[in-house]
Amino acid sequence: MPKEQSGANILVEALCDLGVEVIFGYPGGAVLPIYDALFQQKRIRHILVRHEQAATHAAEGYARATGKPGVVLVTSGPGATNAVTGITDALMDSIPMVVITGQVATHLIGSDAFQEADTVGITRHCTKHNYLVKSPETLGNVIHEAFHIATTGRPGPVVVDIPKDVQVATAPYKKPGTINHASYRPQIKGDIKLIEAAVEMLAAAERPILYTGGGIINSGPAASQILRELARITGAPVTSTLMGLGAYPASGEAWLGMLGMHGTYEANWAMNQADLIVCLGARFDDRVTGRLDAFAPKAKKIHVDIDRSSMNKTVRVDLPIVGDVGHVMEDMVKVWKARQHTKADLSAWWTQIDEWRAKKSLSYPPSTTEIMPQAAVQALWNATHKKNPIITTEVGQHQMWAAQHFHFESPNKWLTSGGLGTMGYGLPAAIGAQLGNPNALVIDIAGEASIQMNIQELATATQYRLPVKIFILNNEYMGMVRQWQELTYSSRYSESYSDALPDFVKLGEAYGWKGIRIETPDQLESGIAEMLAYDGPVIVDCLVAKVANCFPMIPSGASHVEMILADDQVSGELDDEAKALV
Amino acid sequence: MHIKEGLKERHTLSVTVTNEPGVLARIAGMFTARGYNIESLTVADITEDDSISRITIVTAGTPAVIEQVVAQLDRMVPVHKVTDLTLLGDHVERELALVKVAGTGDHRIEALRLAEVFRANVVDTTISSFVFEVTGASTKIDRFVELMKEIGLVEVARTGIVAMARGKEAI
Ligand SMILES: Cc1ncc(C[n+]2csc(CCOP(=O)(O)OP(=O)(O)O)c2C)c(N)n1
Ligand SMILES: [Mg+2]
Repeated sequence: MPKEQSGANILVEALCDLGVEVIFGYPGGAVLPIYDALFQQKRIRHILVRHEQAATHAAEGYARATGKPGVVLVTSGPGATNAVTGITDALMDSIPMVVITGQVATHLIGSDAFQEADTVGITRHCTKHNYLVKSPETLGNVIHEAFHIATTGRPGPVVVDIPKDVQVATAPYKKPGTINHASYRPQIKGDIKLIEAAVEMLAAAERPILYTGGGIINSGPAASQILRELARITGAPVTSTLMGLGAYPASGEAWLGMLGMHGTYEANWAMNQADLIVCLGARFDDRVTGRLDAFAPKAKKIHVDIDRSSMNKTVRVDLPIVGDVGHVMEDMVKVWKARQHTKADLSAWWTQIDEWRAKKSLSYPPSTTEIMPQAAVQALWNATHKKNPIITTEVGQHQMWAAQHFHFESPNKWLTSGGLGTMGYGLPAAIGAQLGNPNALVIDIAGEASIQMNIQELATATQYRLPVKIFILNNEYMGMVRQWQELTYSSRYSESYSDALPDFVKLGEAYGWKGIRIETPDQLESGIAEMLAYDGPVIVDCLVAKVANCFPMIPSGASHVEMILADDQVSGELDDEAKALV
Repeated sequence: MHIKEGLKERHTLSVTVTNEPGVLARIAGMFTARGYNIESLTVADITEDDSISRITIVTAGTPAVIEQVVAQLDRMVPVHKVTDLTLLGDHVERELALVKVAGTGDHRIEALRLAEVFRANVVDTTISSFVFEVTGASTKIDRFVELMKEIGLVEVARTGIVAMARGKEAI
């Protein structure tokens, strides 16, 4: 019989057994026993954030950049409720995360005790699964199971709520063997018959396209490699969702750029005209499909996803294959080769694609007096891409410009809040990514409004000497909101002006950061160089054109081919059907 | 602008789940969170060690919605198996109701006569009232309740539907 130890120690032991190196957290009454256990050990590093929401995003950033699960520790009540946004964000973007929350003692649960919140109730629908642990005897197994669930199948956040008396009470702990869950059994391998059918469809297609997503990143680096192989042997063009950028290299021949609402002309037209769409670890999100009844009218659709509920959710597909996209692609490549298929003659298709490419849909009106935000992102890419940086973003126009103009060559380098679209994600995510990759260049491409949503995290980077960079595309507007108001509400800019902005340079300096302001196009290169030369955290306030719009854009409710390419195509007011869509 | 809705079908689902705290809230909450209907939901454990419960859910939606409901249930961690009994075809559905009827004289006699027709049992009686227990398809219970309204219906309690596929196999 192993010796008895406190619940708090059991938790720490279990986390060590699971290989956890970093925890992002914030203390409080209901987790004091755990904090005391952490104090007395050296194996796990605790990173003290300045707000629990930031702990969750930092854990997401860490997870996305390293492939390991992110771990969060917060107190009961407000600690747990503050974490809810990041938990939901992780659910929407399928990020493996385990959140430990303190809870009032078991006999107080339900009594409206101080700092009591119904954490399992509140997080039931924003987690993949959650637990309330009622005895120290079950704690060890629950922690191991929580990690198993968070990291396997379609990854996601798992909350483990631990009452304070359970942290103090003692029980023996033994590392469990492999977890054989009674009901949770994700399907990893795809049905080989379906895979064979998919290969035959691919071999027969005249206008195929590979539509890839975040599932490939989640499957691990090997999946990105096998995607490249699949694209090479089939000769099919590749597009990706926002979440999947980097799985296929932007310099690759088959790359069409991102698709969807702010995707390229060629990617969206190719989706519209394809005769076969192979969806690989993506989920036909509304930002990707545009108007559903006009989506890809000519295409047969194959959908590979680890989550069966993603199949036929919004778009009916001809061939659903449930399984890990990496494994399924590997089998597809094997079958393709075994059947000695050769690359079909897709030259007509590529000629067509090249015509669309010639539209140069990412071009934008140049300016010599103002810094165009797109130009700022390009300059940033020029100056940094050889260093293979990790880019995080906030949410808004800057996020889309980053997705369009920063070109990713490998997975796990692009960290953004896609599904939930959470402003305030980028800085904490950059902190998490930097902790997981101490030597990497990590840059948060930010907006002046979003950055203020977790600005307190400047202190976290200072405390742990993390040399993260923030590059603010400061347009003095909640630009994306303003853009929609311009398109939909005849430029009635209701509450979208960023008034009373702080002096970001001085603000950074107050937190011990270096601050740089870039005001004119001629300062852009030197300002970026100065940022890169500084061995420590830097905040760059880059003043950009104030009312630039992000194009191409598929207005909500429109189809892929109704893309707007430039300002002069912007209408003043949309009808109610369109106004009702997000 | 008006909000459109598609044509709905009624499906009976049988769901086996690990009998753990919160599992019912998880399932019921998924229905509300995703805007699905629950017309009836029954739950009770079906194993000797109380480890597994069987939930019978009657839901309505377009075929695409029903397919999603099944998939969404299936991916939940404590869910063992989801069977769409309606899709499976032949199955039996039963419901039990307690129906309280008050009245005197001819009304009492008529109530008892109707109860006999519906094979309802008298499970409680006073000088001026009966409680009937009636089992059967929901439509049968509906009809019984409807008739009792004329006689002196006081209140009704219904269990909701339990269902099972015909034949010798388990789901
Ligand atoms: C937490 C949160 N609140 C509100 C929104 C809605 N929203 C989306 S983009 C945006 C404006 C962002 O402004 P900024 O950070 O300056 O970026 P820009 O669009 O100007 O590049 C807002 C308010 C959101 N995505 N997240
Ligand atoms: Mg802005």
